[in-house]
Amino acid sequence: MAVEAIRQNKLRSILTLLGISIGVFSVIGVMTAIRTLETSIDSQLDIFGTNTFTVNKWPDIYVGGRGEGKKFRERKNIDYYQFEELKRRVVLPLRVSVIDGEGERNIQYNDKQLKRSAEVTGADEWGLRSFNTFLSAGRNFMEDDIRFFRHVTILGPDVADILFPFEEPLGKQIQIRGLDYTVIGVTERKGQAFGESQDNFLLIPISVYLQRFSNRWTSLRITVEAVSAEMYDKTVDEVIGLMRAIRQVPPEEENDFEISSNEELAETLSGFTGGIKMFAAAVSVIALLVAGIGIMNIMLVSVSERIKEIGIRKAIGANKRDILTQFLMEAIFLSQFGGVVGVILGILGGNLVALILNVPSVIPFDWALYGLLICSMVGIGFGIYPAWRAANLDPIQSLRYD
Amino acid sequence: MSILIKLKGIKRYYDVGGEVVRALDGVDVAIDHNEYISIMGPSGSGKSTLMNMIGCLDSPTAGTYEFEGELVHDMDDNQLASIRNRKIGFVFQTFNLLSKATALRNVEVPLIYANIPRSDRIERAAESLEAVGLGDRMHHKPNELSGGQRQRVAIARALANKPSIVLADEPTGNLDSKSGVEIMKIFDDLHGRGNTIILVTHEEYIAEHADRTIHIFDGKVKEDIANHNNRREPVPT
Repeated sequence: MAVEAIRQNKLRSILTLLGISIGVFSVIGVMTAIRTLETSIDSQLDIFGTNTFTVNKWPDIYVGGRGEGKKFRERKNIDYYQFEELKRRVVLPLRVSVIDGEGERNIQYNDKQLKRSAEVTGADEWGLRSFNTFLSAGRNFMEDDIRFFRHVTILGPDVADILFPFEEPLGKQIQIRGLDYTVIGVTERKGQAFGESQDNFLLIPISVYLQRFSNRWTSLRITVEAVSAEMYDKTVDEVIGLMRAIRQVPPEEENDFEISSNEELAETLSGFTGGIKMFAAAVSVIALLVAGIGIMNIMLVSVSERIKEIGIRKAIGANKRDILTQFLMEAIFLSQFGGVVGVILGILGGNLVALILNVPSVIPFDWALYGLLICSMVGIGFGIYPAWRAANLDPIQSLRYD
Repeated sequence: MSILIKLKGIKRYYDVGGEVVRALDGVDVAIDHNEYISIMGPSGSGKSTLMNMIGCLDSPTAGTYEFEGELVHDMDDNQLASIRNRKIGFVFQTFNLLSKATALRNVEVPLIYANIPRSDRIERAAESLEAVGLGDRMHHKPNELSGGQRQRVAIARALANKPSIVLADEPTGNLDSKSGVEIMKIFDDLHGRGNTIILVTHEEYIAEHADRTIHIFDGKVKEDIANHNNRREPVPT
């Protein structure tokens, strides 16, 4: 009966369920978008993420006023000496490596030149691992490359594509800032993340990098990998202690460097997405409230338009519950139709984000379910009063009504 | 014949703007099974209130109403709804069909409220429509039917639950005389097949179809007489 009544009042019903659709769309859309972000971040952090942390001058993400920025800026840079000291003195980690990079356009091979800048990265023999990538051809840096300032380079596939479209890059000489470097390796292709290519880089030995590219602002990022998950916390403690000693931090002062792990990064991100979720929830609550009032309004109109019908139904034996159920079902159906449309649009809209960021799409079944549940609640919540009014109409007066 | 309906000292007072209107002021009526009764009276006499009372749409201010041994005056709204559903078939002057539903659906509605399963319901509704000669118009909506056909749908609906009485309020009032004749013939046939029928009318020639006429005036029964003369004769055209 409920479906019937809705079919008989198409336009009005569609307008009403549009409100619900928009409300549900906003919550499902945002949740789907966030879910795609989360899954893509997770998958990126996962590869080498688990037991690794970095020592850095700057935090990965910080939100705060001007004072905060100043605090970080006034810290001492992390220089190569500190890295070497740390590497010499630690006992627990599996590896300690160092990395720093800078955008550079002046890179060429014969007449071919980069059109946009690539990340020139100074690295040691662990650089590939810090980059979460592998070699597809050639060899990695050796300790001697670093010790003897050898001008060698490992190319990211994007750079290799531009400089060597038809040639084998290994063994060729390219120029970076006018100096010759021999290509010794090319890495595997990683593809895009968040709309940016992850293959647009070159690695050179950290020693050469420091000689040619460093300036007074250069602060290195030290990557430390623990032997195992169990040893992780102990390794962090050891590194913090040593770094404080090396950087001569007085005992009562807080660390003048940041330890950041992928897990912490993920936590920071989830705090951030949590905020968006809260905001989306607030918007949706308001949207659904408005939609609910719309439903109540339309149902009240529907009841007063159909007073005669209610009278007839009562005369031929409908009791209060029959009428109540009929109008309540109508309200629920309305909100459910609206909800289904909203869920579908929301998932499509949310996955548009996935498409733009080039990350895999997701279908948040749990949120779709919540969305529909909320719709039912809205339908019941706002449909109950009109339905109750209908159920309590006087049959004689309703029959006489025109 | 056993007593079907027994009204005793029925009063129905309305409070209209502080003034008490005595629509029914002590009515005593008893109706047996398979009677064919007409209720007559001028506008404002209380005959509509009496019909609503008999049809269990209204509850009396005072007095007792027994329907097949059940005490209707004590019932709450839902019990009254159940009585209306199972025991009373209404036929109204303005047909009162659900305008957006087909004839079949209209006849089905009382069966829905009687909780009859769907397949059964459709079968019974179809039978009921065939009985009033509308077997071929089942899937038409009321606005695709003539006045007489609409009233026949209403009669089919009234009969769907095999009620104890059929209560018809001016059933020919909105019809041309030819359709009116057809409808009255249906009521006569129904009576002939053992149904109890109550006609509310102010037309003498309609009332004459019945075996007994109750005249209402100022909320009281003025006259309750058996008709012996002139029965079942063609209505003048």
